[in-house]
Amino acid sequence: MSPATAQKTRHLDQHSAWYRIRKSKFLYLMFLPVIVYYIMFCYAPMFGLVIAFKDYNVFKGIWASKWVGFKYFSQFFESRFFFRLIRNTFLISFYGLIFGFPAPIILALLLNEQKDGVFKRVVQTISYLPHFISTVVLVSMFVQFLSVNNGLINNLVEAFGGTRTYFLGDPKYFRTLYTSLGIWRGIGWGSIIYLAALTNVSPELYEACLIDGGGRLRQTWHITLPGISNTIIIMLIFRVGELLSVGSETILLMYNEAIYETADVISTYVYRRGLINAEYSFGAAVGLFNSLIGLILVSTTNALSKRFSETSLW
Amino acid sequence: MKKSNSRIAFEWFNFVFMIVLCVVMLYPFLNVVASSLSNNSAVSRGRVTFFPIGFNLEAYKAVVRYQHIWTGYKNTLLYTIVGTAINLVMTVLGAYPLSRKQFYGRSVFTFIVAFTMFFGGGLIPTYLIINAYGLLDTFWVMVIPGAISTYNMIIMRTFFQGIPVELEEAATIDGCNDMQTLWKVILPLSTASLMTIGMFYAVGHWNAWFNAVIYLRDSGRFPVQLWLRTIVLQNQVRDIVEGSGAVDTEAENLVADTIKFAVIVVAVLPILCVYPFVQKYFVKGVMIGSVKG
Repeated sequence: MSPATAQKTRHLDQHSAWYRIRKSKFLYLMFLPVIVYYIMFCYAPMFGLVIAFKDYNVFKGIWASKWVGFKYFSQFFESRFFFRLIRNTFLISFYGLIFGFPAPIILALLLNEQKDGVFKRVVQTISYLPHFISTVVLVSMFVQFLSVNNGLINNLVEAFGGTRTYFLGDPKYFRTLYTSLGIWRGIGWGSIIYLAALTNVSPELYEACLIDGGGRLRQTWHITLPGISNTIIIMLIFRVGELLSVGSETILLMYNEAIYETADVISTYVYRRGLINAEYSFGAAVGLFNSLIGLILVSTTNALSKRFSETSLW
Repeated sequence: MKKSNSRIAFEWFNFVFMIVLCVVMLYPFLNVVASSLSNNSAVSRGRVTFFPIGFNLEAYKAVVRYQHIWTGYKNTLLYTIVGTAINLVMTVLGAYPLSRKQFYGRSVFTFIVAFTMFFGGGLIPTYLIINAYGLLDTFWVMVIPGAISTYNMIIMRTFFQGIPVELEEAATIDGCNDMQTLWKVILPLSTASLMTIGMFYAVGHWNAWFNAVIYLRDSGRFPVQLWLRTIVLQNQVRDIVEGSGAVDTEAENLVADTIKFAVIVVAVLPILCVYPFVQKYFVKGVMIGSVKG
């Protein structure tokens, strides 16, 4: 073997997969528990989704239970709650999108105009406090404020000549209440990411705009907003992907049977039917339907955004 | 430069808006604290606003005597400490390899991990799997299934990526093996980020209640949040008032309303106490994450 070929073989050797795996065996060793975790707690449940197509029987287990195809899916589609659940889930996240999504952007823009650094920091710190408070505490406080007898809201209503109302017992108020709670809770925390993006907008652009005679509003419209549009789009993709996946935690604490008409969403329904009533296969089918729609929504928005604005998650 | 009239008007509007915002954010907390310290009739007639009316500590005395709150507190504390420790170890174990260019198959592993952010088994299959592992109604069910938050791990990976390769190479030349490099060079450089991620996890554990509802039966393992829900949202005040030694309904009514507020305060106090000191870490965390999601 000539020295040149020996050189070549060794060179190839260094690029072979086996060589590279051996070279980073410490990293593999490190990663092992992580991959085991993901298999056990993320991918195993995904395979567990097969029970949506089976008649899950506790004694037989997941594999031995009988296949039933799309039985539980059609049961869900034909259920009299199907339309109501889709409508409630969609409307609640849609309101969140319309009112909750712009709120942090507006707050970030206003904070950005605040030149006093200390004051700005204090406001910021206070504004994201609710993000760290548990849902149970937030809903507990909320319920106290809405209380018919002594709640602040009803005191105000009465002071302005209205009659005391049990807001949480009337379907027509639920979406407003849920959306308001969401804004109160998320406005400060949501603004951080936009404020970070705002600091990256070059000051020279503002000066140029000023020289061209642009006022504050023009500056905001032509420089600030385009400057943070990438961040806005990324956040929007996430948000749209969640259009049919309203979390159950907050609603489970807030709702009651009297307001299922507007408050019951897919995730709370899965919880009640699937877990409380132990209709596992049915619950899994509804859950799978919900996650699939979420996946489709995320990838569609992502693809659209990639095409039209060159910004995307992946 | 002279300010235009509209600019001055805007600045005033903006200032007032900020003040109103702060009041709206803080008032609920102040009111809850004030109510918990007030006398019951003032609370039940809705007269308490910013300051306690008829200051007294009866509600707290009742809460302190309530055994479940203490057990709940102890459980929450254990879940938070053990859970956060597991979280940090697992997150570093995952984030470090994913940040190294020489980690063969990195993109495949990144995909496997990131995919779980967009699709998952959902409530029912996860419940059944956890049941199959025999974790139901154990201490570990509160800390193991959530051992890694993919989002936090990706933030951590982004941070590790920012550490110059030269530092590692220098360590290798000085005779460190991979393990020593990580332990003596990488991790000391990452303490601030680890703190940040650790706080996110810790707050998550402190506030967790839903997993407890699903996976725990034995009330001896319940976290404090669950007792809060029972007392305030499911209106089980009676139990706690009876524990306080009050026998007749009249005495019971003396604290019935204020107790709810006191329980809320007890559940939220630790967070409120540490919040002013640690909030800057949280903000830093979002900043690292926003560089590249």
